[in-house]
Amino acid sequence: MAGTHVKTTINGDSVEYVCEADETLLDVLRNRLALTGAKEGCGTGDCGACSVTVDGRLVCSCLVLGVEAEGRNVATIEGLAQGEHLHPLQRKFLEHAALQCGICTPGFLVAAKALLEKNPDPSEHEIRFWLAGNLCRCTGYDKIVRAVQDAAAEMRGGRHAA
Amino acid sequence: MPLDPATQKIRAFDQVGTRPLRPDGLDKVTGRARFGADATAPGMLVGRILRSPHAHARIRSIDATKAEALPGVKAVVTSKDFADRSDDLRDILVNIMARGKALYEGHTVAAVAATSASVARKALKLIKVDYEVLPHVTDVDLAMEPDAPLLHDDLITSGVEPVPTKPSNIARKIEFGHGDVDKGFAEADLVVEREFKTEATHQGYIEPHACLASVGSDGQGELWVCTQGHYMVRDVCAQLLGMDVSKLRVTASEIGGGFGGKTTVFIEPVALALSRKAGRPVKVVMTRDEVFRASGPTSSTSMRMKIGVKKDGRITALDALLKYQGGAFAGAPVDYGGMAGVACYDYPNIRVVGYDVVTNRPKQAAYRAPGAPMTAFAVESVIAEIADTLKLDPIEMRLKNAAKEGTKSAYGPTFGPVGLVETLKAAKAHPNYKVKLGKNQGRGIASGFWFNFGGQTCVSLNLNIDGTLALAVGTPDIGGSRASMCLMAAEELGIPYENVRAIIADTSSLGYNDVTDGSRVTFASGMATIHAARDAIKKLCGRAAKVWGIPEEAVVWEKGFAKPSGANAGNFEPMSLKELAANAAKTGGPIAGHYEYNAENAGPSFATHVVDVEVDPETGFTKVLRYLVCQDAGKAVHPSYVEGQFQGGAVQGIGWALNEEYIYGADGRLQNAGFLDYRIPVASDLPMIDTAIVEVPNPGHPYGVRGVGETSIVPPMAAVSNAVSHAVGIRLTESPMSPPRILKALGEQAARKAG
Repeated sequence: MAGTHVKTTINGDSVEYVCEADETLLDVLRNRLALTGAKEGCGTGDCGACSVTVDGRLVCSCLVLGVEAEGRNVATIEGLAQGEHLHPLQRKFLEHAALQCGICTPGFLVAAKALLEKNPDPSEHEIRFWLAGNLCRCTGYDKIVRAVQDAAAEMRGGRHAA
Repeated sequence: MPLDPATQKIRAFDQVGTRPLRPDGLDKVTGRARFGADATAPGMLVGRILRSPHAHARIRSIDATKAEALPGVKAVVTSKDFADRSDDLRDILVNIMARGKALYEGHTVAAVAATSASVARKALKLIKVDYEVLPHVTDVDLAMEPDAPLLHDDLITSGVEPVPTKPSNIARKIEFGHGDVDKGFAEADLVVEREFKTEATHQGYIEPHACLASVGSDGQGELWVCTQGHYMVRDVCAQLLGMDVSKLRVTASEIGGGFGGKTTVFIEPVALALSRKAGRPVKVVMTRDEVFRASGPTSSTSMRMKIGVKKDGRITALDALLKYQGGAFAGAPVDYGGMAGVACYDYPNIRVVGYDVVTNRPKQAAYRAPGAPMTAFAVESVIAEIADTLKLDPIEMRLKNAAKEGTKSAYGPTFGPVGLVETLKAAKAHPNYKVKLGKNQGRGIASGFWFNFGGQTCVSLNLNIDGTLALAVGTPDIGGSRASMCLMAAEELGIPYENVRAIIADTSSLGYNDVTDGSRVTFASGMATIHAARDAIKKLCGRAAKVWGIPEEAVVWEKGFAKPSGANAGNFEPMSLKELAANAAKTGGPIAGHYEYNAENAGPSFATHVVDVEVDPETGFTKVLRYLVCQDAGKAVHPSYVEGQFQGGAVQGIGWALNEEYIYGADGRLQNAGFLDYRIPVASDLPMIDTAIVEVPNPGHPYGVRGVGETSIVPPMAAVSNAVSHAVGIRLTESPMSPPRILKALGEQAARKAG
């Protein structure tokens, strides 16, 4: 199968790759670019473990083709922290013990960041419905929701503009 | 505050019971943590598995010549690549690669290793399997019929006298109890008997099974795998492949959930066989579809539960018939499930009869307190109905019968100190129990039990030159256990938590450890960590004694320092762990602590759950309004992760109660093998999950710790059912209580009223 050459931007860096037509963006990130932070939990867009943003829009990277990233701006979990400074969501997830096994955590963080960019002061209801596309089997979501609430409060306070 | 059995003193803790950040946390919030599918190796091939499309079929032949000839294909394996055996690993061997018959839809029949995923997929299509389709059975009651399609023509029911002469699908009959149930029911003022059914559910870990195998022509191999027990994987795989155990080194990756489902092998021996044949590393990752069809879900069950009581609510007898199907091989957890499911109460007379039944479904695997939620659903539903009939407060009714220290359990042992009464009192005192309910709303209560397990455990602790510690444990960390290990090592040595780093050692670096199961890790690896720290302390005191020129017995360890034991021992400045570490080379070399044992006295954990729901009578949809978990942790080492276990187990149970089920078509094929149609709870389905940690110390652990991981899934199915039943005014007896089932029950009720 002939590969397609793709030029894109990932976490602010220019990236070029060749991928097959049937490869998903998730496959490309994980298998060609060694960005294994996005996980494949289902491959059908039902679990959100592969969440990334494309041009700021939250997507399941298992439902996007690698070739579709041409000319786009892709953001993954690997770009969330700035150097040694964690994003407030990352810190709050740790402080609230909002992860147990951690497989769903990258997807939740990417999704929660996309939420807070749209809505800096979400209600618990809004958080729960925004994150309804991300499955977690360990926590029962309680501590995840609290971590997002706490991060949002901190970010509104302006102490850690992100 | 726990009593330390070693010293018989009530002790306070400096660090145990605090909530520090977990040591593996940063990696997990930055995407750096390496899970099963995240590893690569030079020259790595992609492995893919061909699975039976039939629920039951004879395999007449497999022709892989076309697949083998496809460019890029480096190996194809079938059952011919695994030597047959007649020992207790045979079921595992046949489950990982069908021999002669495919026993369920999804059963592995062949596998390929190729240079890319697309070549591997093409190769699978080129493998020709000639099947003779056979009649199948997936329902437990139908599988027990005398004329049911037979899975195994050599399966003779065990536990029955006289021994049956003909094979059947009933693998085993179990029976336990005490007293005389007929006498007990004769003494009862009220007897309630109901039938129950529960559908099979899946553990639903978000990480599919994944491994990277590398076997060389020198017979040595390495395996990277997401598993709850890498020693188990090593031992089973080495035997199935005819390798020396010492030549297979298994490293446990970070594990993306297991809940019991990763306590056996599926793809690992296949990946090793492919790698050995191809002479290259092979990575195999299941798709979600494969996880549903071919890993291990729970049993589905069919049960009859009869309980008799006096007017005051005191139980006189329980008689239960439990039928659990466990998929294509023997091993449905009807024994442990039955024992745990009835364990909350003190019965003068009890009889439990259970059947372990095989069907054309994937072999069940452990799922969090395996087997217990189903029997508990039946017990707690009947208890609730009795409390309703007798107009007793459901918590008071349970308190009247609650198992406590000295109660003889139905499964044999007499309980030591246990916390059921405390969880019931905590539930009654909680504000949730006092909230007034509205229209279409109902409250449900249920209690639950799990044995907890100790098991074979080995821990090493190495002191570094700067006084920090490297702690090697052999039980994969599935929910934050490394944090608890670090806390216990730090507590014992009297040094900061941050100075201890725990890792999960590979199978060649540390002695054997049983699987992470039975809620055993914080208890057993934790106790081993404490003893390894004490071993190191003894050596540290010895080094200080040597420096001071006094006897070893004259040195004590206190909060991170070696000190002379008193004025008679001499007047020396206390020596810190850091100083002792820095001087180790001059005082006798490296300092390490080690401990290996078979842990016993795990101490069971009881829980009581209270849930309020609202049922929409038009749609049959149930909304969980509030949920409370009260559970005995003995001593909560890291309370955040204890709460996490409570919350996670409760929500898995809510899913089991309301939505989750394996749905089979008449063709014996699973109809909902994906997260869209097999619906696990999502954030918008749930409220916050309130928790109350009860601490009744376990005398079998130096800090009083009990396992907490599994009990939390035992009460929810019953608690939710009791709440839904109260909300709709109909006793529901089948799980899941999904909207169609509730609507059906409402329709039948309306018809009864009209008729």
